[in-house]
Amino acid sequence: MPVDVEARVISNTRLSPDYNVIALAAPEIADAAAPGQFVMVKPGRGGDPLLRRPFSVFEVLRVNGRVEGLSLLSKRIGITTAMLFDAVEGDTVSCLGPLGKPFELVESPAQAWMVAGGVGLAPFATLGEALVARGTPTTLFYGARSGKELFYLDWFTSRGITLQLATEDGSNGDRGRITVPLERALQQAGSADVMVYACGPEPMLEAVAHLSERYGRPSQVSVERVMGCGMGGCYSCVIPVKDAGGGQHYVRSCIGGPVFKGADLVWD
Amino acid sequence: MDLSVQIGSLRLANPLMAASGCFGYGVEYADAVDLASLGAVVSKGLFIKERSGHPPQRIVETPSGMLNAIGLQGIGVHRYIKEKLPELRRLGATNVINICGSTLDEYVELARILSDAEGVHALEINISCPNIKEGGITFGCSLHGTFDVVSAIKKVTHLPVIPKLTPNVTDVASIAKSAEDAGADAVSLVNTFLAMAIDVHTRRPKLTNIVGGLSGPAIRPIAVRMVYECRRAVKIPIVGMGGIATADDVLEFMIAGANAVQVGTMNFVDPFIWTKLMDGIRDYMTKHAIARLQDIVGTVDTSAREKAWISS
Repeated sequence: MPVDVEARVISNTRLSPDYNVIALAAPEIADAAAPGQFVMVKPGRGGDPLLRRPFSVFEVLRVNGRVEGLSLLSKRIGITTAMLFDAVEGDTVSCLGPLGKPFELVESPAQAWMVAGGVGLAPFATLGEALVARGTPTTLFYGARSGKELFYLDWFTSRGITLQLATEDGSNGDRGRITVPLERALQQAGSADVMVYACGPEPMLEAVAHLSERYGRPSQVSVERVMGCGMGGCYSCVIPVKDAGGGQHYVRSCIGGPVFKGADLVWD
Repeated sequence: MDLSVQIGSLRLANPLMAASGCFGYGVEYADAVDLASLGAVVSKGLFIKERSGHPPQRIVETPSGMLNAIGLQGIGVHRYIKEKLPELRRLGATNVINICGSTLDEYVELARILSDAEGVHALEINISCPNIKEGGITFGCSLHGTFDVVSAIKKVTHLPVIPKLTPNVTDVASIAKSAEDAGADAVSLVNTFLAMAIDVHTRRPKLTNIVGGLSGPAIRPIAVRMVYECRRAVKIPIVGMGGIATADDVLEFMIAGANAVQVGTMNFVDPFIWTKLMDGIRDYMTKHAIARLQDIVGTVDTSAREKAWISS
């Protein structure tokens, strides 16, 4: 059951001129959240912004083993993300969650490949931790415009997660999109059992889902659609999903997702 | 404290209703809200058949409000009765079913089907959705259309009939009067205001449907004015709505003339809004020594402006 918490800002760290990680004192939500679930966030109490916005839970924050809160990875694009970028310690952010269907975890001997584009890194900190805790060999494929927009690399490597990087300007890892190292890995995977997880812009998700299908590997993708409520009330965040009969129908990504099997989606 | 509301043969425990299209089918919110504690749950608009709705993008936020063009995606009346109604009955919800048709016959058939279903308490007649081309709003935009659809439905059902009115007309009060003359047990208003938002960089409409319906606090004063006008035109109960966010907003609609209210957009922002509204209403009743909430309906005092100004 989701709860609404007026969460105090514990800290707010700017990673770049656009990216920040904001830590929120919402232990009830952090404790209940599974990797891939999200929260609906509203900074301030006024009418601008009026609606909440969805964010993946980035980190579950612990102090001496006790859950203290959660963090969000945010990129400044609109009004809500600008307010999250500017928030200071002691401000409050209304936080509703946890919401949505989480990722399904795989276990060794299967490998987990997490594919992140930009701010799509967000769900992979908690997913990576959960996979590593199960002993699943885990790789993060992480792409961004430049090396300056690749964050938390040490965080992932220190937890035993292998990195495969790509940048559009070639400043770190492969030059080009993240599908470059992903396709190379798929070609070399042989008979290994692999689950591909992806989060990022929809064209990237489409490319990753198609690549995975072509190489016979299942994928789970976390989508982001314009969302009104996060609870299944408004029917705004729908995404077309394949029918058994060959047609398609709209599924609410808030309660039917945000995680879908890549092979189930129709890319509009 | 008596918070009850009478609408035709139906007695609501309190005036707070979840607005159609803003609460799914109700079951989505069962974890967050005790559905039995609401005056009523109004279902998402139902046609006879399933509908896929409009392609996304379906909503866009605007100052203190939002535009939507969902296009009445829905599971159709038969799946609703089979898949949703049993659970709503089990949860003790008072169920008002919002029905939509393209023709008079479709409305009548829906009313017939739902009148035979167990756990249906009233019908809200959607003659006001601005987002679909066919039927519906063409009835709600004319006096004759409103009269015809309401009287045809009244002939085939024992359930209270509540036509939901559009604000996109010159004189909503005359439409309300037409509904009353046709035998409506109440009217609900307002549905959303037809509106538009454009991305100036791409010069494209922000909604795929080009236009959509505006809701939220942005429309509240217009909705209050329309409820006030309808109160002076009809005697039947009025269900008021438009951007209700606080208990004061509920009371404002009631003082303007609403017997009950619906909450829509703000339920998206705060799914736990219901207990806050209820607590605020009770506090107000205590503070003003009101034993029966219906006593404030339509009590706006438009004669005492000068006196109030002097005595303050």
